[in-house]
Amino acid sequence: MKILVCISKSPDTTSKIAFTDNNSKFDENGVQYIVNPYDEWYALVRALEIKESSGGNVTIITVGNANDEAVIRKALAIGADEAVRVDTDPTDAYYTAMQIAEYAKSNGFDLILAGKETINYNGSQVAGMIAEAMDLPFISLASKLDINGSTLTLEREIAGGLQVVDVNLPAVVSCAKGMAEQRIPNMRGIMAARTKPLNVIAPVAIENLTEFVAYTMPATKSACKMIDPNNMDELVELLHNEAKVI
Amino acid sequence: MSVLVYINSNNGLYKSAFEAVTYGKKLGGDVTVITSGAADTKVLAGLGKYGAGKVLVDRSLQGDDDQQLTRIIANAVVSSGATTIIFSHDLTAKAVAPRLSVRLKAGLVSGAIEVPNGDGTIKVNVFSGKAFSSVKVNSASKIISLLPNSIQPEVSGSDCEVEEFNGNSGESKVKVLSTKKPEGEIPLPEAELVVSAGRGLKGPENWGMVEDLAKALGAATACSRPVADIGWRPHHEHVGQTGVAIRPNLYIAAGISGAIQHLAGVNGSKVMVVINTDAEAPFFKAADYGILGDAFEVLPRLTEAVKKFKSSGN
Repeated sequence: MKILVCISKSPDTTSKIAFTDNNSKFDENGVQYIVNPYDEWYALVRALEIKESSGGNVTIITVGNANDEAVIRKALAIGADEAVRVDTDPTDAYYTAMQIAEYAKSNGFDLILAGKETINYNGSQVAGMIAEAMDLPFISLASKLDINGSTLTLEREIAGGLQVVDVNLPAVVSCAKGMAEQRIPNMRGIMAARTKPLNVIAPVAIENLTEFVAYTMPATKSACKMIDPNNMDELVELLHNEAKVI
Repeated sequence: MSVLVYINSNNGLYKSAFEAVTYGKKLGGDVTVITSGAADTKVLAGLGKYGAGKVLVDRSLQGDDDQQLTRIIANAVVSSGATTIIFSHDLTAKAVAPRLSVRLKAGLVSGAIEVPNGDGTIKVNVFSGKAFSSVKVNSASKIISLLPNSIQPEVSGSDCEVEEFNGNSGESKVKVLSTKKPEGEIPLPEAELVVSAGRGLKGPENWGMVEDLAKALGAATACSRPVADIGWRPHHEHVGQTGVAIRPNLYIAAGISGAIQHLAGVNGSKVMVVINTDAEAPFFKAADYGILGDAFEVLPRLTEAVKKFKSSGN
């Protein structure tokens, strides 16, 4: 079983979000990057569990510049066997997905996993785009994945409910909560990660379909209005007349 | 300009369908709706009220297979001549819109919260709701996936014609073994009012007072991550970074401290009310109205106040 896990970097959840260059660029100053949590906790860990129970190989792939190698080593420390970095800045989801699809097409993976979205762009786009580019079935937001021979059985969320589906490999799956539990890399993993193969490959020429041209922050909230816990009539009155939400 | 709006009508029409059609209408030009399945023709014709000129329905496809839906929508794009395709940013859109983007080479804007600006850029939520970005689309065609509860549905016309459409959905590679139909009336991401509670409620047996308030308001119920993880409440009620992201008009949180991961799922709410015994709870910083008090006393009191308000003709 050859599994490809798509990894993106994202700012640590607690990072202060700010912008620079006239609000056209994310301000990386002082930002600590991590492996996008959904890629790491759900996609990567489930891939490792599959490898541990039925054998195989787990490759991680990221589209990014040399600064991303710390994040790649972290994913290797958790247990991936090897890494691929497409040496270019990921400018939009389409560009990123086409780079990964290009690599995946010529390397014969049985299963391609990604997190349900990144916590910075929240687009939920890349995995589905890879699936279309490779004409593979795509199971989005799967919360459970089991393998039986060449068949995957998955649970996926549908609005308020749950669907169980079977699909034959190869397939693309985006992973949501429930798929696996977070793993903390141990010292042995961290040491081993230093010598695991990291192949840097050149990007292919792909156009950008979209551009993030400017950023804004939400208006600062006015201070919280404290209400007497014994006077819920006042709260209802404020919600009706002031906030106009009921 | 011609606009195509995809509507999921498998479980009847949700408010998000009316929002998506209204959004299409606001872009100007002809609005065609594409849907599939067994939805009642009369119900579909009602989309005309929100601005649809015509509804195309492919009756041959009953499920929500991503590859089949992509083929149907792509064929509807050709048939309608649409250059803009609208989705509601729900679970179906997350599976289908990226595929369609590649198939049509049309830039995909996910999580739109407004109609395009004068310069054509589209405002979206980024950084888990901590910031916004304006997205420019470079391709000739574009796909916009609209976050539920971002715009109000507007009635502008009357029923429209509904046309049977053969979208040549082709083969499915996915076999559906079972489908658990949605529980409750409104999917959580679409609810306008949400009452949510956390570990401060001390146990699942105490959720009656949360449900009572929700019922009095006509609200959906939600919960924090720990509560879903311990199994006090079902996972689909979990709002927050790893759960569902919502943007209701009113979010009432009882016994939730307001960790940054929870806020990431609710910071799009227009008004937030926080009930907590801890004056230092970080949630008060994000709240519009705060009540420093015990949820066990405040929730029933609030429920009574809401009932009194409703019975006075509101």
